[in-house]
Amino acid sequence: MNIDSIQNGIVIDHITAGRGMKLYELLGLEKLDCSVAIIKNVHSLKQGKKDIIKIDADIPVNLDVIGYVDPGVTVNVIRGGELVEKKRIDMPETLVNVIFCKNPRCITSCEQELKHIFKLTDRKNKVYRCLYCETKAN
Amino acid sequence: MRHLINILDFSTEELQELVDVANDIIANPGKYSEVCRGKKLATLFFEPSTRTRLSFEAAMYELGGNVIGFSAAQNSSAAKGESVADTAKTISCYADIIAMRHPKEGAPLVAANAASIPVINAGDGGHNHPTQTLADLLTIYREKGRFDHLTVGLCGDLKFGRTVHSLINALSRYEGLKFVLISPEELKLPSYVKKDALKQKGIPYEQTTDLEGAMPELDILYMTRVQRERFFNEEDYLRLKDSYILTPDKLQNAKKDLSILHPLPRVNEISVAIDDDPRACYFKQVLYGKYMRMALIMKLLKEAGRL
Repeated sequence: MNIDSIQNGIVIDHITAGRGMKLYELLGLEKLDCSVAIIKNVHSLKQGKKDIIKIDADIPVNLDVIGYVDPGVTVNVIRGGELVEKKRIDMPETLVNVIFCKNPRCITSCEQELKHIFKLTDRKNKVYRCLYCETKAN
Repeated sequence: MRHLINILDFSTEELQELVDVANDIIANPGKYSEVCRGKKLATLFFEPSTRTRLSFEAAMYELGGNVIGFSAAQNSSAAKGESVADTAKTISCYADIIAMRHPKEGAPLVAANAASIPVINAGDGGHNHPTQTLADLLTIYREKGRFDHLTVGLCGDLKFGRTVHSLINALSRYEGLKFVLISPEELKLPSYVKKDALKQKGIPYEQTTDLEGAMPELDILYMTRVQRERFFNEEDYLRLKDSYILTPDKLQNAKKDLSILHPLPRVNEISVAIDDDPRACYFKQVLYGKYMRMALIMKLLKEAGRL
């Protein structure tokens, strides 16, 4: 299967197979009017299978979302058909308004303007806790 | 700006410093009677409290300072929908330090992030209650002369009991501690407290439902109330509320120098017949809480450059 190469845009590579759609949704890519390709189950020497997302526009993407959903993903920035930047995305220390606290006793449950902030408290087990009530993110 | 939101905001050295100051206040109260003259403590209590609010107020008065504030959310602009952050910014214009109790977990942290004066967490829902822990620590220190090499039994509502979580976190930093966690199955210590405070640090603990069986090895017995206000279901509360009632016969196998603590208020969990037992420390604990709050107010005001 062929997908055209892009001139100016973003390629999100090395996505764990099956997580491409989740990233597409969390990054809000359905709102874009440029071409976006989700390529599933691409053969990978390292991973066996992987997903790839190609965005045909040089737009800012929320790297924290990517690091939270699938640490280890690489984000390639293409300009003029050339790779100008390649970033390997790790788990972010802090998530702001990426995930939301579901604890009904948390102050975020009643103050709508408050940002939902989660801190990485256990990198090995990928545990994030609400900054305010310390409830674990699901 | 330094605040006290979680007991772990303070190092063990700082806790010892507070204990030392509190002991000095007990020995020389006159020395501290004018320290906070002209300073104002704002007690922002969005949830009912007798002990904690009055303890803070008594502490500030004994330091020569003044107190402003409210004792229920309906008496504040929160009833009009004002945010915690806006309340904190407003109060920063009137007072030198804030003590805040709020039913929602994390509210004092929100206040601390917005305020330009020190904020003390006076209890946030079932989450933290660090100044109760300060009272507990001074009680333990005055009774035992140390924080290390103790077997500490915690009994009752270990799930919602915020004082239990804070005390475990505080004591887990000392050497030679062992914890005995005594509770009904439904009110066991949350797994994250067990993991973060005990398992990861290799601190020995056992979980049991048997208070009498655990009694002989305990140096400290920390009783807690099953907290009605934390239950969404009244039936669950009624079923669990009298799970443990400490009576004189249950102390038969206890150590002679056991110290019985309780954050109060008690409902049924300690028989009044225990009150005259020399091992009962819970009313001394109330008094020590005031001295630790005095030491804390002075420390935070000094660090904020207001003393």
